[in-house]
Amino acid sequence: MTQSRWARRAATDAAMTWLCGLAVAVTLVPLVSLLWMVVARGASALSWSFLTSLPKPVGEVGGGVGNGIIGSALLLGLAATIGLPVGIGAGLFLAARGDGTAGRTVRFLAEILAGVPSVVAGLAVYALLVRPMHRFSALAGSLALAILMVPMLARGTEETVRMVPRDLFEASLGLGVAEWKSGLLIVARTAAGGITTAVCLALARAAGETAPLLFTALGNQFWNLRPDQPTASLPVLIFNYAVSPYPDWQKQAWGAALLLLVLVGVLNAAARLATRGRFAGGGR
Amino acid sequence: MTAPSRPVVGVAALSAGFGDRTALRDVSLALEAHAVTAIIGPSGCGKSTLLRCLNRMHELGAGAWVRGRVTLDGDDLYGPDVDAVQVRRRIGMVFQRPNPFPTLSIRDNVAAGLDLNGFARAERDDRVEAALKQAALWNEVADRLNRSALALSGGQQQRLCIARALAVEPEVLLMDEPASALDPIATARVEELIHELKDRLTLIVVTHNMQQAARISTRTAFLYMGELVEYDRTEALFTNPKERRTEDYVTGKFG
Ligand SMILES: Nc1ncnc2c1ncn2[C@@H]1O[C@H](COP(=O)(O)OP(=O)(O)O)[C@@H](O)[C@H]1O
Ligand SMILES: [Mg+2]
Repeated sequence: MTQSRWARRAATDAAMTWLCGLAVAVTLVPLVSLLWMVVARGASALSWSFLTSLPKPVGEVGGGVGNGIIGSALLLGLAATIGLPVGIGAGLFLAARGDGTAGRTVRFLAEILAGVPSVVAGLAVYALLVRPMHRFSALAGSLALAILMVPMLARGTEETVRMVPRDLFEASLGLGVAEWKSGLLIVARTAAGGITTAVCLALARAAGETAPLLFTALGNQFWNLRPDQPTASLPVLIFNYAVSPYPDWQKQAWGAALLLLVLVGVLNAAARLATRGRFAGGGR
Repeated sequence: MTAPSRPVVGVAALSAGFGDRTALRDVSLALEAHAVTAIIGPSGCGKSTLLRCLNRMHELGAGAWVRGRVTLDGDDLYGPDVDAVQVRRRIGMVFQRPNPFPTLSIRDNVAAGLDLNGFARAERDDRVEAALKQAALWNEVADRLNRSALALSGGQQQRLCIARALAVEPEVLLMDEPASALDPIATARVEELIHELKDRLTLIVVTHNMQQAARISTRTAFLYMGELVEYDRTEALFTNPKERRTEDYVTGKFG
């Protein structure tokens, strides 16, 4: 009796372990093969001129994605300038006053915003900015990206700030430090590692977005550093090149995809490193 | 009960609570300057609430309310023009659990109150050293002021928190069960420190440990269910209590 029960348990255990292994394989195999495909096909496209030169006109072989790299940097920089203060500010507000009516409203809005498909964010910016300005622009593209970053930043900031023990806030108040200063200089600083993580993750998400850029930043065959002009970007370049009928462009799409993958990988690695701050996590 | 000769903190008809719950009922007492006053009583009797009313920390809790009067050197701490932040600069606080700032070094922890309040940088190192010496921690940390405060032992962390509070030079220091999270040796050091500090400022120490109250304090207040039952010289309160409830409590009949 006992023995057969043991046997049954052992069999269940073995079956479950096997199923878990299968689940891991089902997850990992596509991921690894995808990474491998991008690396294998993209690496052959990479060269110095690929990184630094403009695209060649249709039909000509060669050229690069330099303007896309600069454009993505410009878009991310502007998106961060708009999105970080709003997103982190909202997160700090939610952590401090999140239980009141205003807090609940902000949280509700952030949740809705988090659920908005990126293409809809782009469409909204198209209606609000591109149409009135009669022009596609880097600013419009960054605004669309910022809209996507804000809810991620707000949630990430609120979560890490809420994890800071209330003891520390009270200790600061007990020193005769004003509430807002204690919140910002003690509580938020203690959570700085986690906030940096949220920033890196939000940037990584924004870096790969294509849909909202199609009708905001559009694209550009040339260099551009002006916020009020259309701007090339890596994701849009990949999209355009990948669907083109030209083998050379398709190869360049893989190269640009590899660049984007590296950028996102670096941002994710930075996100992990940030939580290992100078003193946080050390000691007891 | 004999009144203190040099009262510095005055509490008159103080009641406080949370929402419809009363944690402190009509408490009046005068606290003596440059002395250690112990507040004793069973858990939940309102000791922390009383302490937190003195530096206007109580009012920060959800639904918290305060009625009555608290004075420091004659100044009404709940007056209409009084800034609670300024009150807390005059009346510092040390908590039950050591709570150094985890991202700051030992030096920056001690200087935190100075830095955050915009004190001149010039005197910073001197004041850090002075505060650490007053907290009897200097000899142990002088060679590692730039290391994380979290690398210190629990007892050292608590003395660091005391140094941090002393650095802003408060007139009164409130301590809420400052040794209850510490081992006996660390506890003894904190008690010794309390004894030394009373030359410098006025101390009010909450403890649920009656032996500790007897060792460290000159006067003791016994709170029970939010009311001040008895307040007297420590020796008198422990050896010759006037109230039945005090006698039952100090002889261990309940609590
Ligand atoms: N934040 C709070 N909200 C509601 N009630 C509280 C809160 N803090 C303490 N109390 C209540 O107030 C009473 C006094 O608490 P406290 O002053 O912390 O007691 P002590 O420090 O003597 O243990 C207790 O009955 C406790 O349950
Ligand atoms: Mg308490």
